Amino acid sequence: MSNLLEVNGVSKNYGDFTALNNVSLTVPKGSIYGLLGPNGAGKTTLIRIINQITMPDSGSVFLDGTALSSNHIKDIGYLPEERGLYKTMKVGEQVLYLAQLKGLSKAEAKIRLKYWFERLEIGDWWNKKIQELSKGMAQKIQFVVTVLHNPKLLIFDEPFSGFDPINANLIKDQILQLRNDGATVIFSTHRMESVEELCDDITLIHKSNKILDGKLVDVKRQFKTNTYEVGISIQEKSSLQQELSQKFQIAPANFKTLGDELKLNIKLSENDKANDLLSFLTSRGDVSHFVELIPSVNDIFIQTVKNN
Amino acid sequence: MNHLPLIIKREYLTKVKNKSFIVMTFLSPIIMIILISVVAYLSQLNNDKQRTISILDESGLVKDAFQNSEHTKYNMFEDMTLTDAKAIVKEASNYGLLYIGKLDSISFVPKHIEFYSEESPSLSLISDLEGILENKLTDLKLQKEGFDIEKIKTSRANVSIEQESFDGRKTSKIDSVLKLIFGGMAGYLLFMFIIIYGNMIMRSVIEEKTSRIIEVIISSVKPIQLMLGKIIGTSLAGITQFLVWIVLGGVLLFIISAVFGIDVAQMQSPQQQMMQQAMENPEANMQLQDIMTAFYNLPITNLIIAFILFFICGYLLYSSLYAAIGAAVDNETDTQQFLLPVMMPLILAVYIGFFTVIEDPHGTVSTVFSFIPFTSPVVMLMRIPFGVPLWQQLLSLLILIGTFILIVWFAAKIYRVGILMYGKKPSYKELIKWIKY
Repeated sequence: MSNLLEVNGVSKNYGDFTALNNVSLTVPKGSIYGLLGPNGAGKTTLIRIINQITMPDSGSVFLDGTALSSNHIKDIGYLPEERGLYKTMKVGEQVLYLAQLKGLSKAEAKIRLKYWFERLEIGDWWNKKIQELSKGMAQKIQFVVTVLHNPKLLIFDEPFSGFDPINANLIKDQILQLRNDGATVIFSTHRMESVEELCDDITLIHKSNKILDGKLVDVKRQFKTNTYEVGISIQEKSSLQQELSQKFQIAPANFKTLGDELKLNIKLSENDKANDLLSFLTSRGDVSHFVELIPSVNDIFIQTVKNN
Repeated sequence: MNHLPLIIKREYLTKVKNKSFIVMTFLSPIIMIILISVVAYLSQLNNDKQRTISILDESGLVKDAFQNSEHTKYNMFEDMTLTDAKAIVKEASNYGLLYIGKLDSISFVPKHIEFYSEESPSLSLISDLEGILENKLTDLKLQKEGFDIEKIKTSRANVSIEQESFDGRKTSKIDSVLKLIFGGMAGYLLFMFIIIYGNMIMRSVIEEKTSRIIEVIISSVKPIQLMLGKIIGTSLAGITQFLVWIVLGGVLLFIISAVFGIDVAQMQSPQQQMMQQAMENPEANMQLQDIMTAFYNLPITNLIIAFILFFICGYLLYSSLYAAIGAAVDNETDTQQFLLPVMMPLILAVYIGFFTVIEDPHGTVSTVFSFIPFTSPVVMLMRIPFGVPLWQQLLSLLILIGTFILIVWFAAKIYRVGILMYGKKPSYKELIKWIKY
């Protein structure tokens, strides 16, 4: 089995409203899978279906090769976007309770909890109530609740919201560590830079439909425009610009440099080779900058959503 | 995986450890007892005061009828005018002056009696005086007609009808009173229990919703498990609280009666008054033993089993509705609209219980309402002490259980959808839509 999760043609309607329309996706084992989409696209519904909180109207979900059932509850860790814990319950008791609901024994949960509290630099909060903690601290506790039972599949909905940069980084490292230890992660967020940084695969859901999915590099390759960002030190800027515009599509570029270079975005046609352009440029002046423009997830997101 | 015991345990411990719950548990009986004691003490204080009433009897017929008692002292005036008498009474700030005019014929006396006082006198005092005067004047009249008063008194008959059902169970007036007390207590207890702990369940559901923990929980357990766990856990906490109240109340009552010598038991509730009326029947002269006999005459086993079954089913029926309401809304202020239709049948049941069942426990209204599932727990519990045929009890219970299952199913549907819905308060139409999801 190379796929941990398979969602086949899942649909869900709420009355007249279609929340998911025939959505299929496969999450490879050991990957970090980005579940993207604008607000109200249906991501939460999909996550709830995977968590068996709601049942799909049609379609099926397989986890690790078997149809989703109540046996899988212990295999999934879910961090919802809307965080919450019992405000008046003590941290220790609360986490133990939630871990027991996931099928851990009390003793086992206690050992793991100590381990995780150390790992996340959580101090002696055992006897504190949630309402006495800062928001970031409560978030950390919630993270521990999500991962404590060592699930195969981790679902994080906006995991970094509410964290300061230092703690966000800490959590990011933990997610990567968990992945390296064998967990598969589904990651839903609007922060594209973290998708860029973490995800191996992505799926884009828009208006209840899946409109894009694949390995992140493949998706990027699909969206690349063969455009290069170029900086060159040269006396006769306008003549070179003139010359280039006859061969290629060019546009002024804007990036930071130390000198007074000519900055351009140059789009190559399919037959052009980047090497040829580079040698042509080096023959005319000092090239300080020559970078292929890779479309950002952000651009891909906006472009795809707008086109649909 | 069955997490129900775990959920029940958490709900129970959270409730029981809650500060306000602890305070309520221990403070309420203390406050209640203090209140009762204060009232008892005050009413005793009032009764202890001896009132002085002056009497000016110009006819000279009735003055020997008044005997000083614990509460009233009579002060006889003679040979003075009414004006003087009034002045003296006012001077001495006596309670009042009873004036009987000078008349020759006894027949005229009843119309010429007056009472003068600073303020309008208490009703009980006037009726006491009237009673004394009536007795005296009746005696005088009879004597005048030549009857022997003593003979009349001894030949007065006192009747107390022995009641017995066809199957041989003896009943008496005190029996009915006892039945009333038992039925009333059972019905009222259920009513109170539903209101207090139903609300507690509702609040606890709302709390889970507003703290947003609900999504984490129901990714681990089925909503119906959570709902049932909540209901059972809260109910157990409720039973604990009730037991503490009963024990603590009993102990406190005992201590206070012992220490302050206030006979709290003398405080009279309407039922106790009725019981006393029944006991005042001079010939029957009910003793503790009679009460015990009446007690043993009650269908005790039936009463206990029926109480447990109807109580549990009735309570669960209503509390699952409370849970559904909690799930449907975001905050407590929004609950009013949905609480009203739930409260209506409950209040109706109590009214029917206390007015109709007492009047006629086996009449049409009582019988019909003891079958309708939303009123049956309360009404049936109040009817059972009076003896309800087993088939009626079973049928009513069956209907109740059927409805209960239906309502739990319905509440679970609302609950499942509602706990994940935030924002605006749903309309009834939307609630019905939720059931179809």
